[in-house]
Amino acid sequence: MSPVTRIQLLPGVHLTAVHTTKFKSSLLSVTLLAPLSGDTAAANALIPYLLRRGCQAHPDLESVSAALDQLYGGSLEPAVRKKGELQCVGFVGSFLDDAYSLDGSPILEAATELMGQLLLDPVTEGGTFSQAYTQQEKEHLIDRIRGEVNDKRSYASLRVVQEMCAQEPYGVSRFGSEAQVASLTPEKVWERYQTLLATAPVELYYCGTAEPQRVAESFRKALSGLPRTGSFQLPACLVPADAAQVRRVEESLDVAQGKLTLGFRTGGITAASPEYPALMLCNALFGGTTTSRLFLHVREELSLCYYASSVLHKYKGIMVVSSGVEFADAPRAEEEILRQLEVCRRGEFEPWEVEGGRRSLISALRTLLDSQSRQEDYWLGQVIHGLTEGPEELAARLEHVTVEQAVAAAQTLRLDTVYFLKGVQA
Amino acid sequence: MSMEEIKYSKVGENVFTTTLPNGLPVLVMKKEGFQKSFAFFATNYGGMDMRFQLDGQWLDTPAGVAHYLEHKTFDTEDGNALQDLAANGASPNAFTSTSFTGYFFESTEKFEENLRILLSFVSIPWYTQESVDKEQGIIGQEIRMGDDEADTQVFYGMLEGLYAHSPIQVNIAGTVESISHITAETLNLCHRAFYDPANMVLCVAGDVDPERVAALAEEILPKEGHPPVERDYGEPEPDRANKPLWEREMAVSTPIFQLGFKDVPPAKGEAWLRWELTGDLAMEALLGTSSPLYARLYGEGLVDSNFSYGCEAYPGAAFLCAGGESRDPEAVRDAVQAEIRRVAQEGLDEALFQRLKRAGYGGLVRGLNSLENLCINQAQANFCGYDYLTFPEVFASIEKKDVEDCIRRAMTEERTTLAVIRPKEGPQA
Repeated sequence: MSPVTRIQLLPGVHLTAVHTTKFKSSLLSVTLLAPLSGDTAAANALIPYLLRRGCQAHPDLESVSAALDQLYGGSLEPAVRKKGELQCVGFVGSFLDDAYSLDGSPILEAATELMGQLLLDPVTEGGTFSQAYTQQEKEHLIDRIRGEVNDKRSYASLRVVQEMCAQEPYGVSRFGSEAQVASLTPEKVWERYQTLLATAPVELYYCGTAEPQRVAESFRKALSGLPRTGSFQLPACLVPADAAQVRRVEESLDVAQGKLTLGFRTGGITAASPEYPALMLCNALFGGTTTSRLFLHVREELSLCYYASSVLHKYKGIMVVSSGVEFADAPRAEEEILRQLEVCRRGEFEPWEVEGGRRSLISALRTLLDSQSRQEDYWLGQVIHGLTEGPEELAARLEHVTVEQAVAAAQTLRLDTVYFLKGVQA
Repeated sequence: MSMEEIKYSKVGENVFTTTLPNGLPVLVMKKEGFQKSFAFFATNYGGMDMRFQLDGQWLDTPAGVAHYLEHKTFDTEDGNALQDLAANGASPNAFTSTSFTGYFFESTEKFEENLRILLSFVSIPWYTQESVDKEQGIIGQEIRMGDDEADTQVFYGMLEGLYAHSPIQVNIAGTVESISHITAETLNLCHRAFYDPANMVLCVAGDVDPERVAALAEEILPKEGHPPVERDYGEPEPDRANKPLWEREMAVSTPIFQLGFKDVPPAKGEAWLRWELTGDLAMEALLGTSSPLYARLYGEGLVDSNFSYGCEAYPGAAFLCAGGESRDPEAVRDAVQAEIRRVAQEGLDEALFQRLKRAGYGGLVRGLNSLENLCINQAQANFCGYDYLTFPEVFASIEKKDVEDCIRRAMTEERTTLAVIRPKEGPQA
């Protein structure tokens, strides 16, 4: 097991460091946290992309790239994520481990320095962000928002959540809305940036061969210019347990295959709940794996869909089922998906299904330790929700979940919204 | 079963290797400290291998048969191997590419049992007409889903633009029509032709016992292989692109494009690896994220951070390509062509070239973190006649001139094609 260290570096600034020698690279990230809100989401999302354009020491894209090339082709990319009802904006970087540099020179210190420069010393123009960079990054962000429709499968999953949580912060897109992005000016974004720097809780992450103290020291040095004033408190996520009545939303696009997505509330169960492992097993049995009811019955036995699967939004307490079907088959597919859920609620599982689901979940948690980026994403979600449970501890809890507990979790699921993306002619 | 141990000290990898009497190469990458083990069992047979000679007879098989075979190979006399592996907690899957088909699993427990299942179901055909017929619906849906994927469509569009007849431009999954001709008999023929130990490779990475891996393969697989099957990819391709522009409309928000450059295919062996590494460097130098051109295109809003590029080589076909979303793909093509002309004339900037080599080396080494990546690269290298982990030496020997030669040779106007998918007017969500 890789030891995980958590250190407070500055007020509201914490480092999570995973010490391991099995990778040839190190992974670093810096993340500013803000409540997800329609008023600020667009500006928050724009900030890392703007900062990535250049800093005082490396004032344009080409020179930032040159600095990264010098660090053996390290990457340092803007990251905008939604975890529960928090918006997480910052950078994720991957760098060659010191052991493999051609001249033996350390890479970690140079990498954190570059990260600090990009975060704290942007190129400015008249005391705010550059007019040209702001305009260009606004256009790119709008393209990114519009581009969500291009992948129909993930688009349908996004849309069902948006519709379902229209009255909750969770319904806000991680990028904000197109209209909000369009209304941003360099001054407005600059003001938001200053607010974030001073008041946002900051999460730092490192995974690699360096000792945590060395990592802490190099981050402390790189972030010494960070102003810190604020209480660094974040609001809790709203978790409605039930759905009043099923909402139905249909949209048309010129597509060949329909996408049917169903959003469920999990009865208040989230990653923080004692029942969470039971909900995980329930999801695995229902639609989370290739031995699940949705895969084996809706896809394989009935050939109704090319894919039919379910995923949990663990911090929000939502389960989303998504499937790709012929337009005319959608009613049958929905009926069959709900029928399989009833089977789960009655607990009609074969022993091999239960053990297969459990083994697959445990294996997925263990293999998370073999991927630096998956580990980073896991820990970010955990620490910002005040959770300390690691993948191995969660795996240990899964070993003891009973069929009855998984069935009890299935019984808490309430269908909230059905979204169907159909063709123009349908 | 004794194995040869090869140490690649520069990149810190140890590989145990042997070739079984039936002709199957086995490569085991010892990875200590990893939770999972990854096994990859592949055949040198993909979407492009439609015409071949078996028992002295030339056979033409329908487009999509290699992929169909991949789906149905999971069927066993007792059920389905996908479920057997999943029930053991392994994550199994498979894919069919243009030139090869790979079956794999990762698991954190019961590795030997899982490897046994993998080797058995891939090598023992069990195709019934009933199950072959049933698969039509599932694969039909997969093809329909691909029809809506603009990235997939524009890529095939670029291949159509580049190639007059090479089978690499045929959709790997086939069409709803072409797969309707596939029967259990077709699958049995193709399995016999290509799922032969001598035409396959087994790559394993993880904290495993290399000799046990080879011993299991020897125990389970057929004892003898047969001579390689002759394949026909048609006449050699002309140097020039088939057509300069390929266009289509789809329900997308922004135009999506791929710009392709048709090169001369490399010979098998180290030349193949050298071609790939040189091609990657050429693309980096010309339009990669640290190039002056990329900074300009990005600044003008002509490309975004999803812009990506690379190069691919297949038997009889090799190309370099770049693509993504752009509101004006023709402007991107024109700017790239102007930069090609400039580089062809003035040569590359020496400092840029040195930086890119340093960056490229780091990227290749970082790629070794992924057991999947490592096994798939090793397998592909084996089919193309080289050893993947020799990349540090080959990469170090590439000179600025080699990259410039590649740009001058492969990226002329007549070898270039642009494929574009433009937004279709109509109801939007």
